Amino acid sequence: MCLAVPGQIVEAHEVSGMRMGTVRFGGITREANLDFVPEAQCGDYVIVHVGFAISRLDAEEAERTLRLFEEMGALADAAGEDDG
Amino acid sequence: MKYVDEYRDPAPARRLIEEIRRTATRPWVLMEICGGQTHTLVKYGIEELLDGAVELVHGPGCPVCVTPLEIVDKAIAIAAIPQTIFVSYGDMLRVPGSHSDLFRVKAGGGDVRIAYSPMDALRLARENPRRRVVFFAVGFETTAPANAMAAWQAKREGLRNFSMLVSHVLVPPAIRLLLDSNLSRVEGFIAPGHVCTVMGYEEYEELAARYLVPFVVGGFEPLDLLEAIRMLVRQLEEGRAQVENAYARSVTRGGNLAARQRMMEVFEVADRNWRGIGPIAQSGFRLRAEYAEFDAEKVFGVEAISAPEPPECISALVLQGLKKPVDCPVFGTRCTPATPMGAPMVSSEGACAAYYQYRRHIAPAGAQV
Ligand code: SF4
Repeated sequence: MCLAVPGQIVEAHEVSGMRMGTVRFGGITREANLDFVPEAQCGDYVIVHVGFAISRLDAEEAERTLRLFEEMGALADAAGEDDG
Repeated sequence: MKYVDEYRDPAPARRLIEEIRRTATRPWVLMEICGGQTHTLVKYGIEELLDGAVELVHGPGCPVCVTPLEIVDKAIAIAAIPQTIFVSYGDMLRVPGSHSDLFRVKAGGGDVRIAYSPMDALRLARENPRRRVVFFAVGFETTAPANAMAAWQAKREGLRNFSMLVSHVLVPPAIRLLLDSNLSRVEGFIAPGHVCTVMGYEEYEELAARYLVPFVVGGFEPLDLLEAIRMLVRQLEEGRAQVENAYARSVTRGGNLAARQRMMEVFEVADRNWRGIGPIAQSGFRLRAEYAEFDAEKVFGVEAISAPEPPECISALVLQGLKKPVDCPVFGTRCTPATPMGAPMVSSEGACAAYYQYRRHIAPAGAQV
């Protein structure tokens, strides 16, 4: 039930005063309420939980974390400790 | 899928595992609080891959598991009333109450429906003005803003046939209870990433300072969790007890202000009973007085229902990380996902169900993630 998954906003519109968006998750799309992520634009990725976007994913932070994992790999390689 | 696949990549996972094994000088006891994280950890066999570098114990963060028996009984009582439509997240339907469950009410002719979002329940209320629609509003802080929005919107639209059976719980009071108990062996916590997405992590800074235990906010993919474990082990080895964030792509220190604001407009903090654990002061939400007309307990007069817990199920100990599901005498025999005796066997986020589903298929230590 607590499941919350990342998806990409492909379109945004208003329904009775609420900001709604079509969000694509892999192959499927779903409507999500965007009232809690007023800063999120089309093309942005959001985390969606029970029909509500609860955060806009920070692309820079995501890159930074992935780079950290890469660097850890490079260090391990340099030390000859990569057990591949 | 972006933001999913790259956090399941086996190569960095192996390096994180190496790094954790290299750093840990003793098997630190770590607790993940959230059931979604339990699911990932057990599914990928992460504890086995770490080969004794840490011991993982599973926390109370499955909303299905901690929803108290009397609330399930109240749900069953309301759902059985003719002309009501009872709307619930799917995994609450099989949770055993004292004598029945919502599935049996449905099989017996009750109009019980599964919803993906509380907004589905609102739509049903609009479409069925002659019927009373009740939404089963359970969950942690992650779900509270969405459920709050449903009540807020119902009030704004003047929907008179909509109400909510509310059983909302909060994570920090449960952690405080664990840390106050002298039975707890937990030395570090993976803080729940989606709870913190909403709430931020200032509350965890207070806990870290008061109890001198480290917290690292973790996400839900294998690399997110390995990174959180790596950061926790490093803190413990260095004798630090701080709050760090391994899920910065979604979590900020202040959380989601718009969501928190809507949540606090509709709900207020109240004492709550936790299934398997008992009452915890100021550990959940109830509807504010301004929203009393949407409180299903008042609307249907079921406030007085109470229920004692069955004796066989050791979920109290499982939910506090004091026992593993496999320590339960009826695990996998009398208690299975098809015949659950306790709530942790019902939801895929429950520790017992996760063990039942994956424990027999885990790869041996050192295998690929
Ligand atoms: S295996 Fe079943 S009976 Fe045992 S603790 Fe888990 S839910 Fe309760």
